[in-house]
Amino acid sequence: MSETLSASTSASPPASSPPIPSLFEVFCAFALISLCGFGGVLAWSRRMLVEERKWMSPEEFNDAYALCQFLPGPNVVNLSVVFGRRIRGVIGAIVALAGLIGPPFLIVTLVSLAYARFGELAALQRMLIGVAAAAAGLVMGTCAKMARPLFKDRFAVTPLIALATFATVGVLRWPLHWALALLVPLSIAVAWCRQARARP
Amino acid sequence: MKYGGTLAALAGHFALMSLFAMGGANSAVPEMHRLAVEVEHWMSDRQFTNIFALAQVTPGPNVIVVTLIGYHVAGLAGALVTTFAMCGPTCVVAFYVGQIWERFKEAPWRNTIQSGLLPISIGLVAASAFVVASVTAHNFVAVTVIAVTALVSYATRLNPLWIFAAAALLGLVGLI
Repeated sequence: MSETLSASTSASPPASSPPIPSLFEVFCAFALISLCGFGGVLAWSRRMLVEERKWMSPEEFNDAYALCQFLPGPNVVNLSVVFGRRIRGVIGAIVALAGLIGPPFLIVTLVSLAYARFGELAALQRMLIGVAAAAAGLVMGTCAKMARPLFKDRFAVTPLIALATFATVGVLRWPLHWALALLVPLSIAVAWCRQARARP
Repeated sequence: MKYGGTLAALAGHFALMSLFAMGGANSAVPEMHRLAVEVEHWMSDRQFTNIFALAQVTPGPNVIVVTLIGYHVAGLAGALVTTFAMCGPTCVVAFYVGQIWERFKEAPWRNTIQSGLLPISIGLVAASAFVVASVTAHNFVAVTVIAVTALVSYATRLNPLWIFAAAALLGLVGLI
């Protein structure tokens, strides 16, 4: 415990360690993050936690976010749990999660009610078709951004693994767990070989 | 009885899926589509795409699409069960791994796992785009909208809501 404390203070040298936020502040912060984020919540969570409230240093945020990408499940949900646990333990994790999921849950339930009633309206159907096409494009753009570093290095196996994941899950429609049971160990083994080779 | 069975199926499918969703909720879209449309026949292709579109224009994290699916299948109870199933197991994992993670900050295997998982999550996100695009790309305008959105979101930092609004308008006037 003292170890993590000293590590976190040394990571952010100038800032006097920020006061521990109250549970209510945590709830409100995550509710705001959640309601601002259309499409992607990552940018908003960084802005809120690092820039506005200064509850985390940029390094702490990067480290927590790296962990949340590596964990299965929705990244931002994981981030709220990891952050809440760090400052207030179990109750902090629950409150941060409730802030993140609660408000959009209510909104989406109302949207569902409206959709159940008006969903068959031709005008709404046509608008949703348009939005769905744009959403597909948005996911492609995000994917291209993520893939940029992959094609920079000359190690040709890594893009092939991405391609194999795409083909098995997207085109051949394998069940997700079978595809991952095959590809995740393979990919980690490749990464391991590569790092072993990179070492002098 | 059938209702309880549906809720149990929702809980089981989504809890399992959440543990395999590397790289966020969007990467689980192909699996959601496979289960909801192809395996369980809870909805049509078109309904699935509509729900995906609704989730995109609703504020909140992307994971909220599962709430909409749950609501479509079994009403409010379905929405609750599905949301908890998608978030619960991974939150428990995140809580405990968060503790261990800080302890192994410098361990080399941490980096190995991370770089090993990166191409997998990129492949999964690409699969998501493909699944939604293959349902929507049924005429020239739709394909153009997909391509232009992909380009704009790759190359600029424009708020996607503007693109969504424009695409909704194109749909409304019947071009898509």
